[in-house]
Amino acid sequence: MGVEGIGARVARKEDKRFITGRGRYVDDVKIVGLTHAHFIRSPHAHAKVKGIDASAAKDMPGVVDVLTAQQLVDDKIGNLICGWAVSSKDGSPMKMGAWPAMAPDTVRFVGQAVAVVIAETKNQAKDAAEAVVVEYEELPAVSSMTAALASGAPQLHPEAPGNVVYDWSIGDEKLTKDAFSKAANIVSLDLTNNRLVPNAMEPRAAVAEYDEAEEHFTLHTTSQNPHVARLVLSAFYNVAQEHKLRVIAPDVGGGFGSKIFIYPEEMVALWASKKVRRPVKWTGDRTEAFLTDAHGRDHISHAEMAFDTNNKILGLRVKTHANFGAYMSLFSSSVPTYLYATLLSGQYNIPTIYAEVMGVYTNTTPVDAYRGAGRPEASYLVERLMETSARQLKVDPAELRRINFVTQFPHQTPVIMAYDIGDFGASLDAALKAIDYAGFPARKAKAKAAGKLRGLGFSCYIEACGIAPSKAVGSLGAGVGLWESAEVRVNPVGTIEVLTGSHSHGQGHETTFAQLVAGRLGISVDQVQIVHGDTDKVQFGMGTYGSRSAAVGMSAIFKAMEKVEAKAKKIAAHLLEASEGDIVIENGEFKVTGTDKAIALPMVALAAYTAHNLPDGMEPGLKEGAFYDPTNFTFPAGAYICEVEIDPGTGKVDIVDFVAVDDFGRLINPMIVEGQVHGGLAQGIGQALLEGAVYDDNGQPVTASFMDYAMPRADDVPSFRVSHTTTLCPGNPLGVKGCGEAGAIGSSPAVINAITDALGHNRIEMPATPGRVWEALQLQQAAE
Amino acid sequence: MYETTYHRPASIDEAAALFAKHPEAKYLAGGHTLIPVMKQRLAAPSDVIDLAKIKEMIGIEATSDALIIKAATTYYDITQSAAAKKAIPAIVYLTSVLGDPAVRYRGTIGGSIANNDPAADYPAAVLALGATIKTNTREIKGDDFFQGLFSTALEDNEIITSVSFPIPAKAGYAKMRHPASRFALTGVFVAQTKSGEVRVAATGASQNGVMRVPAIEAALKANWSAGALDGVKISADGLMSDIHGSAEYRANLIKVMAQRAVEAAG
Ligand SMILES: Cc1cc2nc3c(=O)[nH]c(=O)nc-3n(C[C@H](O)[C@H](O)[C@H](O)COP(=O)(O)OP(=O)(O)OC[C@H]3O[C@@H](n4cnc5c(N)ncnc54)[C@H](O)[C@@H]3O)c2cc1C
Repeated sequence: MGVEGIGARVARKEDKRFITGRGRYVDDVKIVGLTHAHFIRSPHAHAKVKGIDASAAKDMPGVVDVLTAQQLVDDKIGNLICGWAVSSKDGSPMKMGAWPAMAPDTVRFVGQAVAVVIAETKNQAKDAAEAVVVEYEELPAVSSMTAALASGAPQLHPEAPGNVVYDWSIGDEKLTKDAFSKAANIVSLDLTNNRLVPNAMEPRAAVAEYDEAEEHFTLHTTSQNPHVARLVLSAFYNVAQEHKLRVIAPDVGGGFGSKIFIYPEEMVALWASKKVRRPVKWTGDRTEAFLTDAHGRDHISHAEMAFDTNNKILGLRVKTHANFGAYMSLFSSSVPTYLYATLLSGQYNIPTIYAEVMGVYTNTTPVDAYRGAGRPEASYLVERLMETSARQLKVDPAELRRINFVTQFPHQTPVIMAYDIGDFGASLDAALKAIDYAGFPARKAKAKAAGKLRGLGFSCYIEACGIAPSKAVGSLGAGVGLWESAEVRVNPVGTIEVLTGSHSHGQGHETTFAQLVAGRLGISVDQVQIVHGDTDKVQFGMGTYGSRSAAVGMSAIFKAMEKVEAKAKKIAAHLLEASEGDIVIENGEFKVTGTDKAIALPMVALAAYTAHNLPDGMEPGLKEGAFYDPTNFTFPAGAYICEVEIDPGTGKVDIVDFVAVDDFGRLINPMIVEGQVHGGLAQGIGQALLEGAVYDDNGQPVTASFMDYAMPRADDVPSFRVSHTTTLCPGNPLGVKGCGEAGAIGSSPAVINAITDALGHNRIEMPATPGRVWEALQLQQAAE
Repeated sequence: MYETTYHRPASIDEAAALFAKHPEAKYLAGGHTLIPVMKQRLAAPSDVIDLAKIKEMIGIEATSDALIIKAATTYYDITQSAAAKKAIPAIVYLTSVLGDPAVRYRGTIGGSIANNDPAADYPAAVLALGATIKTNTREIKGDDFFQGLFSTALEDNEIITSVSFPIPAKAGYAKMRHPASRFALTGVFVAQTKSGEVRVAATGASQNGVMRVPAIEAALKANWSAGALDGVKISADGLMSDIHGSAEYRANLIKVMAQRAVEAAG
């Protein structure tokens, strides 16, 4: 394997440029003749656009042009699409209203663009924007799902009566009803999964350039999947043709899902670059990020679990309302359905499940995938329900989980997913040991003596990564295949370039992908360069999201490597006059086993390219490509235990200990894995304690800056104790499962379960801010 | 940001003269409030007159009766000042929990007081300690200085030059941080003057900005101890209520923070 191969804690290659300020982000792109775009956005949550007067603005200093929504319509630019068709229970297709990149006649959320000013400088564009007069006629708005579903509620889209996008279901209603009718105990719970703002460190940005002679566009954009961006921009929006559009996603400062989607701004920048015949740059500011980056989560659910007399689960019934905001974003429809309800079986044997999900339009920012995408909502529901059940049934929460764990694999759940492998008991045991579960009562008593309330909460989460077998997702309505591609190029001097369709925006691919290659050949990671994020360089690829880059992206590299190695072995055997079957690769050399005959990789590569002495009939060169389509999802799972202490005077929750035991299959680089888990945990804890996007009744955002929207800071999170148990994933050649989202998926329920344990009741919602916890404590005292 | 002209005067008089010439100007100190507001285009001063580099506005002195902090002294310098630590440790503590390191390196006591954010920390100390605010034209008593949200007794062209805090017998500060901004969700400064008077001020709680808390003052006057506040009821009337805390919660925090401040004061 070599010291830098799989399993080694190799320092991240990319960090040198990041920590020395040499990263190259979209906003760093400078082109001669660059102009700057500033969008004019609606201050209203719902209004008719009666007219736009840009005449004064057009005469302002530096103004190149002011483009309005109507011009988009006139140029027949397409509306934004939603790429996953989900049907209602009655078979009817989802009911979608049109989402134009700028709104010609109706705005439906605060921040929706109606026009754009293009000027020589950003400041001039902003100055001119103030001179553009937009006449609005305000309409009544609905900012909550309850308001949107009320009878007589204002309607957002004529296509979606009652503001309902779909009313979907999964599982067997009748079987589940029967199971409940036989139950010895039924436990029910209402819960809210709070809306989150992704808040990647780098705001979204786009630089579009049009080459008139070549009729060719180049778009630099903050994307997690530049090829998908090119596909969508060319196939649906009538802006540019696919072969005449190059999309480059250079260094990208975090995405968390929010940079999967194709947004209005990059479409408009492309279109505008041709209209004004100048390159156009748009870089969002933090306020625009709050208003227009797709938000995450936002569910309201009612859940019921049926148990028999032995506390075995008989069935699960769930009704969820999912807030989509004002428009259906690119993958929004799949998040509360196929990425959520398919995980409702958790780590448990549940004979039957029936879940209904109603998707709802409101006058708020569109909602789509955000770190975990559906799976955090599922684990929050299942794990809160398990903890509540344990308390209600008076069983130890670890025990209740253990007696219901799936232990035989493969395991077909009643909600599509077929778990391939796992050892849930092993993770739970390790977590119990790490937290010293037996010592908890003593710690609680000690805290009580000091005037503090201590609580402990579990979360045994499972999630699905490695999305996904193309045929399977296709049958569920996905508009794309979800394979990945790779090309491995061995250069004539033996250094290697790997072109991957995955995209790194914080994950460390430049290191981990290189480790795979370096390990197989026994060379240094410095000999390997990972190339990604440019449609002109890289063959088609699907990008990075859903913790898929190791399981799918690296598996494609693995396949390409096998092909490269097979050809290289043939060449080596030819040069060494040995038989191909006797060649082994070690320490960068091709050796004849059992002899001291060897030839170094650079010599083999050189031979491939000089082609002076190749086996008869062999093509020159040493470069192979592969596409890898996964056979199944992968199923990372783990056990998290959180211990909190509440200050009853202030309601402040301190996480005094947090243990995470994850099973991610094989670890490529344990240091990077730990980093991913730390970040995920911080985001999950952020959701549990701090974050929450709030709108007032008129649809005005209350939390549109960091002064009101609380992001977790270093001192809000504990020093995590992270460890691993391992079952190798049988579904891909590397045995990997994925680690990017687990922390965010598993941690929120552990935190809330610990808080409800400390409180002694369940009446608290996320975020459990000090104010809310204090109010919950007063409820308690009032009851006593 | 709108275009503006930046000036860096060397003296207080020069700064005042510049303001006289440019009535649409703004003074700039640490810039941690003014610059973000300008960037958001919510303020558009024609000229910006930087006070932060004026030598006669920087420094800390303690006499036997008072701790005098010049207006352009940064929070960081206050936290590092041996004189301040000795004279009124509660002020140093308050400064150490104000904002984050970046804010403390640039933000100034004069800027904080001039700005009078209803959730700022310094106004509580000024009011509770009965400080005096010195400007380039006069002296203003702390009791008269704060006039509701973001509003003070200062004239537009007036420059705070220093703040003089009488050294108390005992003083303490306790702050519940706002989860997002880390300003005071509620902060309470308690002080017992050398003559035995008890003064208590709360910030972050009231709809009208920093305020004295007579109920707590009376209880502490009778018995300077945290326990003395157990039975005190704070009314929620007139307190702020928002997504981070109801008025009732803030009323509770006034009491709890007062108790902790008393414990800290000893
Ligand atoms: C991230 C962040 C966190 C913060 N957290 C806290 C916190 O926890 N607690 C807290 O109290 N504050 C906090 N602040 C506010 C910070 O203390 C500000 O710096 C302060 O309010 C203003 O001080 P300044 O020196 O930066 O003034 P500036 O921003 O330069 O000026 C503010 C105003 O005061 C005027 N001014 C400045 N100096 C004088 C003077 N000498 N005479 C007359 N007028 C003057 C200016 O004209 C301007 O109107 C925070 C700020 C930020 C950005």
